[in-house]
Amino acid sequence: MKKMFPAALAATLAPFAAAAQGIDEAINSIVGTATGPFVSFIFAPFPGTSFPWIVLWLVVGATVFTIYFGFIQLRGFGHAIGLVKGDYSHPEDEGEVSHFQALATALSGTVGLGNIAGVAVAVSIGGPGATFWMILAGLMGMASKFTECTLGVKYRNEYPDGTVSGGPMYYLTKGMAEQGRATIGRILAVLFSIFCILGALGGGNMFQANQAHAQLVNITGGANSFLDGNGWITGIIMAGIVFLVIVGGIKSIAQVTEKLVPAMAIIYVGAGIIILIMNYDMIGWAFGQIFAGAFTGLGVAGGLVGALIQGFRRAAFSNEAGVGSAAIAHSAVRTKEPVTEGYVSLLEPFIDTVVICTMTALVIIITGVLGQDPSTGLYIWDAELGRIATEGGVTGVELTSAAFGSSISWFPLVLAVAVVLFAFSTMISWSYYGLKAWTFLFGEGKATELAFKVIFCIFVVLGAAMSLGPVIDFSDAAIFAMAVVNITGLYFLMPIVKRELEKYNAKLASGQIVKVK
Amino acid sequence: MPDELYVVAYDGEHRRAVDHAVDQARRSGARLHIVHVIEWSPYRFLTPQELEERHKRRSEEVARAEAEVIQPILSELGNAGIEATGEIRYGNVVELLAAIAQKQHASGIIMGRSRGTSFGGRIFGSAAMGLAQVSPVPVTIVP
Repeated sequence: MKKMFPAALAATLAPFAAAAQGIDEAINSIVGTATGPFVSFIFAPFPGTSFPWIVLWLVVGATVFTIYFGFIQLRGFGHAIGLVKGDYSHPEDEGEVSHFQALATALSGTVGLGNIAGVAVAVSIGGPGATFWMILAGLMGMASKFTECTLGVKYRNEYPDGTVSGGPMYYLTKGMAEQGRATIGRILAVLFSIFCILGALGGGNMFQANQAHAQLVNITGGANSFLDGNGWITGIIMAGIVFLVIVGGIKSIAQVTEKLVPAMAIIYVGAGIIILIMNYDMIGWAFGQIFAGAFTGLGVAGGLVGALIQGFRRAAFSNEAGVGSAAIAHSAVRTKEPVTEGYVSLLEPFIDTVVICTMTALVIIITGVLGQDPSTGLYIWDAELGRIATEGGVTGVELTSAAFGSSISWFPLVLAVAVVLFAFSTMISWSYYGLKAWTFLFGEGKATELAFKVIFCIFVVLGAAMSLGPVIDFSDAAIFAMAVVNITGLYFLMPIVKRELEKYNAKLASGQIVKVK
Repeated sequence: MPDELYVVAYDGEHRRAVDHAVDQARRSGARLHIVHVIEWSPYRFLTPQELEERHKRRSEEVARAEAEVIQPILSELGNAGIEATGEIRYGNVVELLAAIAQKQHASGIIMGRSRGTSFGGRIFGSAAMGLAQVSPVPVTIVP
């Protein structure tokens, strides 16, 4: 009976689905055309080169913060662990938002399809070498995250009713006003809010819906699935659930998801570790491929530059360092010292990119789903698709699924559940970030908030119906546009963070702040 | 001020531990310290919306516990001529009661036994069983 159900459902939907096949194509064409100019601007290369200016912007930003704060990601790592463990948490703050909780909530917004599907896109376009640049971007991004999250707490709004709101909108406005740059700060805050709304609709929504749909198609028969080419069906169902949560206020769905997501993350990482243990003799070879590919390209069309671009692009999309989004979640923590949350937040790119993304990349490389010429050791480039030839010609979440499935045959089913939950959790987090930006621009009120929430739900359908290419381009462009504005503000405000850091370190050194555990 | 002090766990509903403590206090002239614990873990996952509202919710929870649990029982004990203090804490009931008893140099802890099914308690252990194992002072579990 159970086996008959999908077949019966497919038969019922088939005529309807066939007639509606064109809906996905129409959405893809209209939205792709509309977002094209924005995407082209963000990814415009330097004249005479193929190197996008936005990648250099991210690299320079992360390097500046790393040097300015004296490699805080290395010096502060141990202290960050101590803060998360609660070693410095005062008993009178019991029941308030702990450092761990702020970190976990921020992570639930970042760990997700960027780690699963995004990494697959990076290595299939940039080759294994993209992983090297991704790890480097993750390590350097820790300093960007430190800067923005310290500011997020320092300049948050604490309202009389006890609620807290923070994020780039507030530190750009208040922090820069303190420096006598109120007008620039206001302009940057408004620009950030506009791009944050686009980011919420793109990376925080369309990309999630798109890849969740891709994996559902993958496990229900691939090209023969009744869902294939009918992303709008998945989109409407997902949009309906998102609507129930963000408009209907059914918190239980969000709460259940938030609690399942850490479990799914553990299962995902656990399965990755098992595959790596099963192929332990190839781990050294895989790292060899990563290092060699980082500097030679190993046959990938873009070579070193292609690997670097993909590595930085996917790392920034995955860990959101310098983007400013995580500062919104981190700013709710209970602490008297804003810099403590800066320390804690630097763990986020480490967990997200250095640990989880690297593990995904290793599994993809080791399981041999990337086409490689055995005689030359170079990867086989599919010029038509603009990426390395893969088993079944797949990319994104389907490639990661194929890699895991080649070692653990039933894992694609578990991955489908994980992907849907990750997608849903990220959507809930980003609907919140987007709403904060929306209310910053248009003010609070039921009608204005409802307008954003309805738009958000419509974009779930658009994301699921479109093909991966235009979705990921728009998602990246929107997220990186946030980073352009946010990092500009961070350059102005980083002396304030440095003062906070010096003040806090002096208190630690003098014993004014001590461990309570 | 009497030297003897008992820490009494009170959830605001079940009076058995408090009633037993009152008998004890009457017999020995001991002071009572009423503790109301709101179960909380700093490792619990929260949604962004819950983060935003957490401080507000905590203030409301503390105010409600103060008005509906601690003040009524302290007032009742005061009227009965028993010297008593109270506090509201967030966290794990076992860890907190043990820590408070140690800090206050209490003679003992008095708490009620959970009346729930014993199935969950057998698997995960009840608060009373946990406290009996870690408490630095004698524990009285009131059935």
